[in-house]
Amino acid sequence: MATSSERSPPPFPDSEDQDVLDSEEVGGRESDEDDDGGGDDLLFVNPSNPPLTKMDTTLPPASQPSDVLMEPPSDLMNDPLIEPFSSLTENKPTSKIVSEPSDDFVDLTNNLADSPEDAAESVLADVAIDTTEIPLDEPSDDFVDIFGGETEAPREEVVIANVTVKAAAAADKSEVTSDVTDPPGDLKTGSDFEQEANETATDSIIDLSDDLLSSNAQKPPLASDQFVDPLVDFLSDAPPAADAKIPSRATVDLFEDEGNDLFTEPRQTKSAKQQQKSLFGEADEDLFGEPLGATTKKPVIKEPKGKPVPTKAARDVSNMGGPLQDGYTAEPADIFSEEAVTTVPSIKKTSAVNSKTNGVHSEEDTDIFAATVELSLDSPQEERKKGVPAVPSASAPSVSAATSLAKPQSASLEELDDDEEEEEEEEEEQEDKFDISISVKDPEKIGDGMNAYMAYKVTTQTPLPMFRNKTFTVRRRFSDFLGLYEKLSEKHGPNGFIVPPPPEKSILGMTKVKVGKEDSSSADFVERRRAALERYLQRIVHHPSLLQDPDVREFLEREELPRAVGTQALSGAGFLKMINKATDAVSKMTIKMNESDVWFEEKLQEVESADQQFRKLHVLVESLVVHRKELSLNTASFAKSTAMLGSAEDNTALSRALSQLAEVEDKMEQLHQDQATNDTFNFAELIADYIRLLGSVRGSFDHRMKAWQRWQDAQAALQKKRETEAKLLWANKPDKLQLVKEEIAEWEVKVTQYERDFDRVTATVRKEVVRFDKEKARNFKREIINYLECLLQSQQQLIKYWEAFLPEAKAIA
Amino acid sequence: LYKLMEEGPLCTFQMRSVSVDLNHDASLLIDIPDALCERDKVKFTVHTKTTLSSFQKPDFSVPRQHEDFIWLHDTLVETEDYAGLIIPPVPPKPDFESPREKMHKLGEGEATMTKEEYTKMKQELEAEYLAVFKKTVQVHEVFLQRLSSHPILSKDRNFQIFLEYDQDLTVRRKNAKEMFGGFFKNMVKSADEVLISGIKEVDDFFEQEKTFLLDYYSKIKDSTAKAEKMTRSHKNIADDYIHISATLNTLSADDSTANKKHCGGYYMSSFVFLQKVEGRVASDQELKLTELLRYYMRDIQAAKDLLYRRARALVDYENSNKALDKARLKSRDIPQAEEHQKQCLQKFDKLSESGKKELTSFKGRRVVAFRKNLIEMAELEIKHAKVSSPIQPRDFYTLIHVYNM
Repeated sequence: MATSSERSPPPFPDSEDQDVLDSEEVGGRESDEDDDGGGDDLLFVNPSNPPLTKMDTTLPPASQPSDVLMEPPSDLMNDPLIEPFSSLTENKPTSKIVSEPSDDFVDLTNNLADSPEDAAESVLADVAIDTTEIPLDEPSDDFVDIFGGETEAPREEVVIANVTVKAAAAADKSEVTSDVTDPPGDLKTGSDFEQEANETATDSIIDLSDDLLSSNAQKPPLASDQFVDPLVDFLSDAPPAADAKIPSRATVDLFEDEGNDLFTEPRQTKSAKQQQKSLFGEADEDLFGEPLGATTKKPVIKEPKGKPVPTKAARDVSNMGGPLQDGYTAEPADIFSEEAVTTVPSIKKTSAVNSKTNGVHSEEDTDIFAATVELSLDSPQEERKKGVPAVPSASAPSVSAATSLAKPQSASLEELDDDEEEEEEEEEEQEDKFDISISVKDPEKIGDGMNAYMAYKVTTQTPLPMFRNKTFTVRRRFSDFLGLYEKLSEKHGPNGFIVPPPPEKSILGMTKVKVGKEDSSSADFVERRRAALERYLQRIVHHPSLLQDPDVREFLEREELPRAVGTQALSGAGFLKMINKATDAVSKMTIKMNESDVWFEEKLQEVESADQQFRKLHVLVESLVVHRKELSLNTASFAKSTAMLGSAEDNTALSRALSQLAEVEDKMEQLHQDQATNDTFNFAELIADYIRLLGSVRGSFDHRMKAWQRWQDAQAALQKKRETEAKLLWANKPDKLQLVKEEIAEWEVKVTQYERDFDRVTATVRKEVVRFDKEKARNFKREIINYLECLLQSQQQLIKYWEAFLPEAKAIA
Repeated sequence: LYKLMEEGPLCTFQMRSVSVDLNHDASLLIDIPDALCERDKVKFTVHTKTTLSSFQKPDFSVPRQHEDFIWLHDTLVETEDYAGLIIPPVPPKPDFESPREKMHKLGEGEATMTKEEYTKMKQELEAEYLAVFKKTVQVHEVFLQRLSSHPILSKDRNFQIFLEYDQDLTVRRKNAKEMFGGFFKNMVKSADEVLISGIKEVDDFFEQEKTFLLDYYSKIKDSTAKAEKMTRSHKNIADDYIHISATLNTLSADDSTANKKHCGGYYMSSFVFLQKVEGRVASDQELKLTELLRYYMRDIQAAKDLLYRRARALVDYENSNKALDKARLKSRDIPQAEEHQKQCLQKFDKLSESGKKELTSFKGRRVVAFRKNLIEMAELEIKHAKVSSPIQPRDFYTLIHVYNM
């Protein structure tokens, strides 16, 4: 226990819980215990995930392997979500189903949550169980297995234990079929354990297990001991099973879409991106974190190594589980027995599998991937084999169920994703996870005179099922962009989200455009603004929570947008003033608020100094641009002058050389000009963006401060009421006393509420700032690379020009 | 740096690029091996090596100031006998004002800068100061070398005194009256130039030369101005790079993300690097191109002066012809008029003759110098670009590697 506590930072689970909740809260949800009535996709996460995390935390006391259990609770949560998301993106057929699944899902969750005790006998209940089972079953399985594994081989070396656990986990997945059958027993044991360990285990968990039990009641609960062995065997079976033929097209499709694609593709893309080291260290965690997430049972596996393999398998299985389960429930016992039979003979294979996993660890990434892919494929295939009979009939509904599951998960996924990022200080190419790209193009002046405005074509490309089409284009005017920001910041700002700000209104720039001067400065202005708007939208859609906002969707999708009003307040100086005001308020409030959180204190300081530096940098880069443009102009005039000099020169060769020099200088001028553009767009604009963004970051700090203030005020009010109560008590005025007591109760509720709000906002801000930092680093890296690349190129051009000139100079006689 | 500027370093320079190509006459070799900067005075050590018997020793050095050079130039210009020669242009006054002013500004702005930024700016200014210093020494040296390589001017008595006299020359500084006189003379000269520009040229060669030089002068003047501007822009950019790299550095130091810090260091260093290159491009361009143009601008001015003197002589001759005619008409003072006319003619002929020679050699000299400098400049540009290239791509790929992690 001691070691385990050392290894796992205690605050993790809680904060994670908080985070998850917060991120979901966007729609407006409640705490863990509450059932969500809302039909929001996000809700999904609440019922299933929170309990799980709780389970994790509660587990440690139950058994020695606490390390395993405690370690990555947060990861677990995150990962499952991620995977489904990716699977969704791959799944084209899903999009149609999208709408239904969420509904079903909500119902299901409701059922589960609301009527946990009811043995859900009805068909609907069954369905619900099936769908929910996917996430829930596996976890429970793993869970049980873990216990089994632990109990079985407690004396064995840790490594071994891990292996077995892993194998078990893998086996669980591979045996989705067996899941159905096993779960009852597992769950029971699991719940027993839990109860033993902790009375406080969340109701929901128990409920879930109850549900499962009830639905699976017919199946004979198995002893946990027995479990372990068969599971291991199953795992070993997997490889041979790979040979199994694909039974029917329908199943194949199902599998390919959901199973294979899901994990193989996401995996590979990820692997490609990540460096080798990261695979083992952090990437590793990700990889398996995701699969585990699917199972939500990550704690089972202690070490990151080898996890990828089983986890993937697990994933597949879990995905498969949705469709397959229907069939399984019908004849679970048989399947199970089948499995057992096949598995028993091949005990040796377990070792092979183990070795494989080990090999994976030691080998390079590519190998790892290959290995993982193999395994993952294997297990699904086995599933297929089993599922063959059952699948055809069940396929249609099950698919929809599965997709529906995946879908809601995807929503919450991204948020979780963030958490995960937070934990790993590793940077990933996160963008690639967002399968959405936005471009703002073709700025066009509409209207004449002072009523003219610029309209931009906003084109979105995305396979995300939340959008009606894959590619769509709308026309938006500048004020629409501002309006979107208004709405978003109103909605999400108070919750601590960093809402990316649009470029400021520029009266000067726009007036020039309006007046219709087709000079370079107005073209420059329009282009700058267009690029800024594009980056602005990209930031929004790459923000997992903001992407989910209906206003964003409407902005991107809807043909006609109601005219944004009240954006005038944002115009030019007004906007700046607003930011300044907010900044002032923050600084004022910091004085009042004695910051208890060192992290925030430091961050605020960091943000402030970064803001200062960025402003300085911006001035410098702007002056660089000016100087570069000057240089370009001067070079041009020198070139002209040299050409004149060349024409005046009476020595033919020298005259020739001079005019050559003029040409070289002309090219130089172009180079300098390009470089100035490069300075502007790759560098100056980026910095300007970040100055604006830092304003938003401060804004989020400000909102946190406000939440704190509200909480403090409520506390003060409560205090006052209590004093009044005491006075009344003294004065012995029972009639008034009752009233005051009511008020006190009211305020107590408020204080709790506000405190919770504050904690929530704090967590969100924290998460957002970390995300922001990551984004910033990545952004800067990318831009700097671009920038240097341009410089490099122009340098090489320069060499070419001068080298061409050299013989000319030498030819002067 | 202040110390450097106030007291001045003892700077030794290796041979630098020369804006003029001289026919190396081993009989009289002059160089300025070092110079001492004292406040606004610069003391050059003029070193002479000679085989000529007119000098007492074969090898000697004397301290000279900028004013001494001016004196030498003026005496040469005023010597009647040298009217037919292109007197090498006087070196410009050493100008340490701009780096000094910048230094001052830097000192004022020290508080607003990071230590690193300040140090770098200081280094940059020192380098700039040194470059100006070097340039100053060089133009003075070139002036002497041109004199020494000239068959007639090298024999000049004043020139020899300038080289040999081991005491301070204590050249009297021009007083206000003389300054005004010089200014007035210039005015008269330019008015005269306009007046005599209408004179019908008798010699096609000079007619052509005149048109050419006038045209060329205006062009080269323009080019010089443009080149100076261009160089200044380069310098500005180099300065911007310094500030940007310093700010980036602060930023990346502030940043808590370890990864970012790492990369911050990377891009910071590449900026520093670029800045250096940019600065070098500026100073080399300054040295090779701008200096060349500047020098020839002055040289052409000297050639124009020659043409002016010749034109003046021509006018004098024509006037003397008219005077002779008048004298003949009046039958009075005819011998004097004849004598005068003869003298004028002689003078004009002599001027024409030596002027022709001088201008021809000037042409050759100019072409050679341009060739040399243009080649050198192109080579330097390539070198700079290449110096940065082999390092940069490597840097660059490291960067990309780091980014992809």
